[in-house]
Formats: sequence, structure tokens, C-alpha cells
Amino acid sequence: MNRNQNSLFGVAALFDSPDDILNAAKKVQADGYKNYDVNTPYPIHGMDSAMGFKASKMGYVTLFFGFAAATFILAFMWWALAVSYPLVIGGKPFFALPAFVPITFEFTVLTGVLSTVFGMIAVVFNLPFNNHPIHDTNYMKSVSSDKYGLVIEAEDPLFEENKVVELLKSLGSKNIELVYNPEEEKFQIFQPRFLVFLAIIAVLTAGSTYITLNKFMYLPPFDFMLNQNKGVSQEESSFFYNKREMRTPVAGTVAREYIPYAYTGETDPKEVLSNPLLPTKKVLELGQKKFLTFCSPCHGNYADGKSRLMGQFPPGPTLHSQRIINFSDGQIYNVITNGFSIMPSYKRQITRDERWAIVNYIRVLQRAQNPKPSDFTEIKEINKESGKNVPN
Amino acid sequence: MTKDYSVELALVEGNPPLRELDDVISAPIDSRPSHKYHIALAITGSLLLIGAICVGLTFYYGIGMWGNNIPVAWAFGITNFVFWVGIGHAGTLISAILYLLRQHWRTGIARFAEAMTIFAVICAGLFPIIHVGRPWLAGYLIPYPNQHSIWPNFISPLVWDVFAVSTYLTVSLVFWYVGLIPDFATLRDRATNKIKKTIYSVFSLGWRHSNRHWVHYEKVYMILAGLATPLVLSVHTVVSWDFAAAILPGWHSTIFPPYFVAGAIFSGFAMVSTVLIFVRKVFDMEHIITIDHLEKMNKIILLTGSMVGYSYIIEWFMGWYSGSPFELFVTLNRAFGPYAWGYWIMVSCNVFFPQLFWFKKIRRSIPITLIIVILVNVGMWFERFVIIASSLSRDFLPTSWHYFKPTLVDLGILFGSFGLFFTLILLFAKTLPVISITEIKGVIQGSQPSHGGEHES
Repeated sequence: MNRNQNSLFGVAALFDSPDDILNAAKKVQADGYKNYDVNTPYPIHGMDSAMGFKASKMGYVTLFFGFAAATFILAFMWWALAVSYPLVIGGKPFFALPAFVPITFEFTVLTGVLSTVFGMIAVVFNLPFNNHPIHDTNYMKSVSSDKYGLVIEAEDPLFEENKVVELLKSLGSKNIELVYNPEEEKFQIFQPRFLVFLAIIAVLTAGSTYITLNKFMYLPPFDFMLNQNKGVSQEESSFFYNKREMRTPVAGTVAREYIPYAYTGETDPKEVLSNPLLPTKKVLELGQKKFLTFCSPCHGNYADGKSRLMGQFPPGPTLHSQRIINFSDGQIYNVITNGFSIMPSYKRQITRDERWAIVNYIRVLQRAQNPKPSDFTEIKEINKESGKNVPN
Repeated sequence: MTKDYSVELALVEGNPPLRELDDVISAPIDSRPSHKYHIALAITGSLLLIGAICVGLTFYYGIGMWGNNIPVAWAFGITNFVFWVGIGHAGTLISAILYLLRQHWRTGIARFAEAMTIFAVICAGLFPIIHVGRPWLAGYLIPYPNQHSIWPNFISPLVWDVFAVSTYLTVSLVFWYVGLIPDFATLRDRATNKIKKTIYSVFSLGWRHSNRHWVHYEKVYMILAGLATPLVLSVHTVVSWDFAAAILPGWHSTIFPPYFVAGAIFSGFAMVSTVLIFVRKVFDMEHIITIDHLEKMNKIILLTGSMVGYSYIIEWFMGWYSGSPFELFVTLNRAFGPYAWGYWIMVSCNVFFPQLFWFKKIRRSIPITLIIVILVNVGMWFERFVIIASSLSRDFLPTSWHYFKPTLVDLGILFGSFGLFFTLILLFAKTLPVISITEIKGVIQGSQPSHGGEHES
């Protein structure tokens, strides 16, 4: 390190025994010096009080960060297991405090240790500091091995070179050294070598990232997700006799709970099924829902043929014609199942029970268009009982 | 046989001057490696290579290369993991708990034991990753916001394990490095070679041995020791929960945490002794790592060995007292079933041989100590193997009983982990001060001011 002989950092003195350095520190402290330091190869007992230090407050750093970490990780585990992705595990509650203890403890210790050590080294000590003036001096080499040193800095308001040297000599130091500040080193940021270095770093980083993400990931063994020994439904198979990867059921396979319909494909069968469902409220509500979904686009919401597709599509006929009123339930069911004229079959969209429910609902609509006098009296009685006024 | 226990023995024999301590401790770093060192490195390196090949085979062909099969899904992989984590416990015990208890004799061996902790935990940490089979997927254990938007199950002991072991590794590493900073500074100021000086400058962070720093440094060292003490007890407790939280007979037991912690300290001290006996001889440090140190460690081995023996007796008692036919079966099956050979190796190595340390002559005899501590290491490995293999191989359903036999790959990975451990130890002994220069200077006679220096501040 080049040193500037005009800029004095301080006067450094070496002592031979721990007793000498302790006395020296006490004297320097008593004389009122502030900017001085004692360098010893290991901590000397009693030096803290000799130099007038209060107890270290590093413990508060640990305390603060430890508590913060414990709070954070508990809240995080609660959020992850109860809010973000709630999952019942082993019948335990989402916020399983006893089972959260181990991780809370570990995380607290980890954060406490890292924050304390980082705080001490980087914040309190301001290290790394390899450019400090006392590095590379005989003084430093001695105090890091077997001598005990004291350095009074020139910045101290009481500092006078001759007086300080005399003081240290009187305290018994045989080896006094003047330590000068190092020359300030100046670096140009925009020198060509540095710019080339930056460019090389940029190219290397970008290139290696590109190659890793776009090339390496598609090479073995990282391509294990791409190349799997499995059949894909729509691909040609070299194994199965019909060259299809997709396996179809054996001919004649019948699904569970499948009930065959005897009149499949017949538009006007001689005989038909009878209605297995009673017009209960539940059945009618189901029928209404399915009718509004599947039938109303063509036949209209009230089955009167006035649908919202009117004019864009051949209109569905009204279901209030006398011909259809005279249809048996089984005939209407047969139309829904097999289709009629340009109406397609709905047996794949609508299940068996839903079809019968629709039939029941159509009967309700028909009755509503052609009510009997007894219906009016019945509605009036219901209104009287319930106190409501249901319009006719 | 009266002895004055109020007089402390000299921790360093002969009271050498401070500069001589520097020279002795940094001699292995400054000198060129000897032939013996090369031979030792060749042996451990070969073991490491065998392990690496076996791990490569495992990754290429899959876990089927191991002897594991249902119901023995956990075999060598987890046995080795628990064994190595256990070895790691001695280091933190010596550096943290003995520090808080003001046991000054720890200074001679603390640095080495801490290094062993780190290397042992590295060995341990590899096994779960290898056992995953696809090690690049092990990252899912770490809670990070991933593309599946799911989190690890924080109430599973296996996830606790990830947190405990990784915290333990990090904290041990930080503790070790904080202790090394002043030593790096001493080495930096001794160095004559420019490259060495640069490296030591970087690692010493420009440490100046300033007393304005020492005051915080000592406080922080104590805080670290205070935090590491419950940590060291928690880590093997969490490892034992991997077993105790399962409902398998022979695992589902409340004694597991203290039993595992005692066993961990037991095996850890045995391993520290094993290595130190060679190190003090090879590096001429017999006056710093004295026979008194070895004797004190033997006393701790005796204590923890007796605790482990007590746990074995309690296992028998609980087998009967639980009233569960399955528990009783497992207890009998361990001692007299297909793995009886392993059980009796474990009992003799862990319970009977350490009892010889009741005799002072045996405690202070280096060859006998060496034999016993190696036996303890063997016994503690078998303890974990017996717990895992015997419980799993005969579970509730006799039709699925299966006798586990290790394959060559299993054995290769086990030896490979020893190779890794001892390779790291050898490299450490040749590159870093194996004894804390700073701490050892602080405890030799005459190193502290003559008045008021007897008590700690």
C-alpha cells in the first residue's frame, strides 16, 4: 500500500504484556482521548471497563429479529395451510399450533443468528475493510500474533504528535510507529478494459441462461417429461391390431345402470311406455329446468312456439295443439328420445328421468293454457289460506 | 486418593510463547503435504469415488439399485442420514454448550469438532436428496411460490427435518466462520506469499483485532452459543420424530427424542476422538490436544453411553408395559428375530465396551480408547439400522414380511459417505487452522492481566 507521508493516521505503540496494555488503556482513557483503539491478539479481560465501554447491545438485534421471524413464520404457515391452499391433514385443524412449533423454532434461530452476525460484521464493524491504514504495518503484524498495541488517531481533538509519543513512551512502550494514511486510489469507471469486461460478462450470462433454458432442458435426463413411454389417444399405435392407441370397449359392452329403450329409431311406434314419474313438485322443478334449457329455444318458454329463435331457424310448433294434447306421455317421451321431423334426438343430452320430468312439465304448461273452472276455485282457496295474491 | 479439584490443570502443556503457538498451529498450512498425507488422501478419495459411482448408478437406473423394497422402504438411506446427523452433534455441543458452561478445555478441540459437524451434516444432507431418486426435484421441499401454487405440509415431521437440518448446517457454518475471522487475520499477517495473503485478506474481512470490536464479538459469540444450544438438542429431536410420529411398533415411542439426542452426542464424541487421536499425532499437537482432553471426552462417552443403555432397557420395559402384543413382538423380534445379530452388535458396542471407561488407566490409554471409540461408531450405526430395518421388515401383515439385504450399491454409497467425510477433514486440516489460535492464546497461563483476570467478564 502506498502511503501519503503528509497525512498522519496516528501513533501506534506496542506493549509486551497484558498488564502493560491495560494500564496504558486506562491512562489514555483518563487523559481524555476519544479516537484511540487497542489491538490485541485475543480479548483481554477488564479492557471493556478500562476503555469505558458499556455492555454490548447486540442482544437487542437478536431479540428483535427473532421475534419478527417467529411472528412472520407462524402467520405464513397459517396463511399457506389455512388460506392459500386449505387442506385437512390427519384431522388436525388448519391452524395446528403444536405442529407449527418446530418450524417456528428453527426459523427463529436461523433468523436470529444470521441477523446478529450480519448486523455485527457489516453494520457495527463496517467490515470488510481491507484498506484500513493500520493494515500492512509492523504494528498490525505484531498485534495479530503476540504483542499488545494501542493506537491514538490524529483525528483526536487532543492529538499532538510529540505529546502523544512522549505519553506512550512513558507508559513503557519500546516500539512506537507513525502510521500514515494510504494514498487514495482512483478508478476510472469508463476505461475500455472495464467496458469490455462488462460486455463479456453480459454475453456469457445471457448465453448460458439461453442455452440452459432452451437447450439443456431438452436433453437427457432433463427431458424425462417430454419422452414418456405411454400411449396418446389420438396417435397411431404400432402395437394394437387396429392401429389405434385409444382402447374402445368390446362390442356388446353395456354401461352400468344402462336401460335399453325398446323403440329406438321409431318415430311412431305402435305402443309406448307409460310415465313412471308422478308430477311432484321436485319432478316438475327438474322438468322446468330441463325444458327451459333444451326445449324452449325452439318451442318457446311457454311451449307456444313463440321462441327467441323465431325467424332464424325453422320454428318449433306449439305444444298446445289438440294433436299434441291428445299424445300419450309415452309418445312425447318417444319424440324427445328419437326426434321427429327436423327435431333431432335428445337422448344423449337428457337423461331418462329428466325426459320424463320434461313430459310432466309439458302437461303442466298445457293445463295452464286450458284451465278448468275447478282450477280457479282451487287457486282462490290457496290465496285465502296463504294471504298472498297469486295472479291467475 | 485425595485430589485438589480447585486447581485447574494447565490447558496447554509447557506454556509456550504466543508466537510459537502461531507456528505450531499454522505449520500444517504452511508446509507442503507429506507422503503420508497423500496416501491418506488417495484412500479417502478412492472411497469418495466409489460412492460417486454408486450414486451415479442410482440416478441413472433408479432406486431399484438399492436393496429397499416394500415394506422396508427406508433402509440404508435413512440409516446413514441419521448416523451422520448424529455425528454432527458433538461439534455444536463442544462449541456451544461447553462454552456456556465455561469449560475452557474445549478450546483445544472446538474448531475441529465444529468442522466435523459441518462435514457430517453435509454427508447427512446428501442422503435424503439421493433417496428422492430424482434429486433435481428435491427443491419442492422448500416453501417457495411455485407454479402449482401449493405449499409443503408444514405439520409433517419430514418437512420439519428439512428446516432443522438446513438451519443446523447454516448456523454451524456461521458459528464456525465467526470463530475463524480473527484466525484468518493472524494468518494474513503471517503470510509472505501474495496469493495466500489475498485469500486470507478476503476471508478475514480486514479484521483488526480491535478491542472496540472484541467487546461486541464476545457478546455475539455468546448469543450464538445460546441459540445453538437449543438448536443442537432440537435437531436430533426432530429427526427422532420422523420415526416417533409414525404408528409403527418400535418407532411410536415418547422416549425417542432424548434417546436419539443422547445417542447423537455419544456417537459424535466417539467420532471426534477417533479423528483427534490421529490429528494430534500427525501434526505434533500433543501438547495442545492433551491426554486430559481425551480423558474428559471419554467421560462424556461413558455418560452418554450409559444413557443409551438405559434407553435400551426402557424399550424392553415399554414392550411389556404397553400391553400391546405388537409392541412386545417387535421388542422380542429385535433381540431374537432375523436381525438379532445387528441388535447384539449394537448392545455390545454401545453398552458394554464403553463401560470400560470407568477405569482411569483405560481412559488414559490411547490405543484402547481408539479401539473403543471405533466400536462405538460401529455400534451407533447398527443402532439406527436395527431401529429402521427390524421395525419395517416385520410389520402388521405377516404375508408382506421381507428380509432386507443391502446391495453392493448400498454399501458403496455408505463407504462413499465416509470417503467424503474424511476427504473434507483432510482438506480442512491442511488449509485452515485446526485449533482456534485466538481462543487458545486467551486461555494459556499469563495471557490475562494479573489482577482480576481469573473470572470471566
